[in-house]
Amino acid sequence: MSAPRTPSGDRLGRLLNLVPYLLARPGILISEAAADLGVTGKQLREDLELLWVCGLPGYGPGDLIDMAIDGDHVTISHDAGMDKPLRLNQDEALALVVALRMLAETPGIGTRDSIERALAKIENAAGDLAGAPVAVRLPANQKRLAAVRAAVESGHALRLTYYTPSRDESTDRVVDPMRMLMVGGFNYLEAWCRRAEATRLFRIDRIDAFTELPEPSAPPAAAVPHDVTGGVFRPGPELPLVTLRVGRGGRWITEYYPVENVVRDGAEWQVTMRVTDLGWAQRFLTGQARDVTVLGPPELLDRIRAQATTALDQYATPAG
Amino acid sequence: MTAAAGGLLALRLVSRTRTERLVNLVICLLSTRRFLTAAQIALTVPGYEHDPSDPRDHEAFQRKFERDKAELRELGVPLETGTASIFDQEPGYRIAQREYALPDILLEPDEAAAVGIAARLWQHAGLAAAASSGLAKLRAAGVEVDPQATLGVEPVVTVDPAFGPLTSAARERRAVTFKYRVPEVDEPSTRRLEPWGVVCWRGRWYVVGHDRDRDATRCFRLSRIVGDVRAGGPSGAFEPPAGADLISHVAHSSGPIARTGRATVTVRPGRAAGLRRMAAEVTPGPDGDRLTINFGDVDWLASRIAGYGPDARADGPPELRAAVIQHLKELIVRHESPAVSA
Repeated sequence: MSAPRTPSGDRLGRLLNLVPYLLARPGILISEAAADLGVTGKQLREDLELLWVCGLPGYGPGDLIDMAIDGDHVTISHDAGMDKPLRLNQDEALALVVALRMLAETPGIGTRDSIERALAKIENAAGDLAGAPVAVRLPANQKRLAAVRAAVESGHALRLTYYTPSRDESTDRVVDPMRMLMVGGFNYLEAWCRRAEATRLFRIDRIDAFTELPEPSAPPAAAVPHDVTGGVFRPGPELPLVTLRVGRGGRWITEYYPVENVVRDGAEWQVTMRVTDLGWAQRFLTGQARDVTVLGPPELLDRIRAQATTALDQYATPAG
Repeated sequence: MTAAAGGLLALRLVSRTRTERLVNLVICLLSTRRFLTAAQIALTVPGYEHDPSDPRDHEAFQRKFERDKAELRELGVPLETGTASIFDQEPGYRIAQREYALPDILLEPDEAAAVGIAARLWQHAGLAAAASSGLAKLRAAGVEVDPQATLGVEPVVTVDPAFGPLTSAARERRAVTFKYRVPEVDEPSTRRLEPWGVVCWRGRWYVVGHDRDRDATRCFRLSRIVGDVRAGGPSGAFEPPAGADLISHVAHSSGPIARTGRATVTVRPGRAAGLRRMAAEVTPGPDGDRLTINFGDVDWLASRIAGYGPDARADGPPELRAAVIQHLKELIVRHESPAVSA
C-alpha cells in the first residue's frame, strides 16, 4: 500500500466526499452523517464551515457552496459542481475487489449471489483499476461446514463431539453458538462452552459429530468474542517453554507454529516455543524424531525416554 | 499560551487554509473546460495571491502550486495538462468531470451489505484504510450501507508486508528483487521475478511469476520474503501469459493423498483418540481396541504411532511395524544422554 496520507490529504478526501454525500441525503441529521462518515459531530461542523467558504471562481453569493442548517439537520442547496464523489483510486479498488473475492470464496457463505453481484458492480465502477492482480482460493469442502453453519443459523444450542489435540481426547459438550470464523485457512465455530464456562473456538474439522438441541442458543453476557487478528493460538507466558534442536527437515515447525525464539546457528537450529500441554509436545515432537531433539524441560525429556522405551518393549516378541 | 500550543494552533490554521485552497482548486479546475495556466489559477483561486514581479514571492507561489498538484494527484484527482490553444506556450490544467467522478453505481441492499462486510475484512492497516475510504466514496454516491450486517461466516484476513509492493509491481508489470528464505536452506537468496500476480491459497499468500534467474515460472510464499521488495526497471517490462491461471501454479502439487495402505494398530482402551479418529474400523480386542487405518505414507503413520508411546502398537503390515521400531530406537538414541544445550 502507498505511504499513509497526510492529515490534510485525509481531510481533503473527506471534504470532496461530503458535498455529494449530503446531496444524496437532504435534511440528514448532522449526528447521523458524522457517525456514518466516522467523524465526530464537531469535526463535521468544522468541515461544513470550511465548505461554506469554498466555491466557484467569482466566489460571490451564487458561486459558493450553500447549505441550509436547520437545527441539527443539513441540506445542500448549491453544490458548486461537486455533485459526484471522486472515483476509486488503485488502493481502494484493490482493497474492495480483493475483499469481495475473499468473501465470495469463503466456504459456507450463504449469500454468494449478492457478493458476486456486488463484485461485478464494484469492478464496473473501478473501471481499469478493477483488474486486481490477486487471485483467491480458500479451502473448499465442506459438507460439515455447511451443516454446522445451518445449525448455527437455526439459533439452537448444539451438542458437540470435539477432538482436542492438546489433550488428545474427544469430549461431548453443549455449546451456545456465537459466530463462524475463518482464520488462516481454517474454519471455526465460536461458541460459549457450557462445560468450560468460557468462549471457545472450535475448529470445524475437529467437530466429529454434532446434534442440534431444541433449546435456543443463549450465550451469557460474559461470552466475549476472541480477538483473532493475531492468530488463533497466541501462547501466553504461563505456558511451559520447550527447547528443541531441529534439523533441516524440521525447520517447518518455525513457520507453522508461533515460536518464541530461533537461533539459526549452522544446520541445526535451536528453537524455543510455548506449548499448551507437555503431553501434546511429547506426541508431536516424538513424531518428528529424525529432525527434532528435545533439549528441555527435563520432565519432557524423561517422559519421551520412558514412553519410547516402554513402547519399544511391546515389540520385544516378534509379531504373531 | 505555551510556545508549543501556539505552534500547534499555527499549524492548524495553515492546514485549514491549505485544505480550503485545495477544495477551491478542485472546484475551479472541475468547472473549467479550457486549460488554465498557473498564472490564471493564481489570479482566481484564493490562497495563491502573490506578486509575480517579485522573484522570491513568485518562486514561493510556484513551490506551493507544485505541492498542491502533487497532493491532488496523490489523492487520485485526475489533473489534465495541456494548452488552451496552439498559440499558448504555458501549460494549463483542468479536471475532466468524466475522469473525476465515480461512475453511477446502484447497489441493492444485499449487495451494499456485502460491500460493507468486505470493507471490514482487512486487518492490515493500509488495506483497511483503503477499504474504508473506498466505502466512503460509495456512501457519497448514495449507497446506504448497513454497518450491522453480517454474513454466515466472517473471514479474518491477514496479509504479509510484501503484499502491497508485489500487487503494485504486478499491476505496473515491473520486475522485483527480494531476499527469500526457505527453511531448509541456511541463507536467504536473492530472487529476481516478473510478478504476474498474488494468490491467496488456503489462508497463505504467494506470488507467481517468471523467475529471471531460473528462467521458469515460480511461486514464492510471501511470509518467506525477508526485508523489502524492490521494484526496478521500467513499467510494462513484461507481459504475463494470456489467461494464466495463477492458482494452478500454487495448487498443482497438493492433490488428495492416495491412501492405499491398510494398517492394523492396537490401542489401549480409552487412549489414543487421535489415532481412533483416523480409523476406518474399530474392533474391541483382548488387549485393547484394534484399529484399521488406511494410509498413504508409512513413515508419516509410523511417526504418529510412535508419538503415542505404549498406548499404541503397530501390528502390521511388517514395514509399518519396522518403521515404528526404527523410529522409537532413533528417538531413544537422540535423547539418551542429557543433551548439552549451547
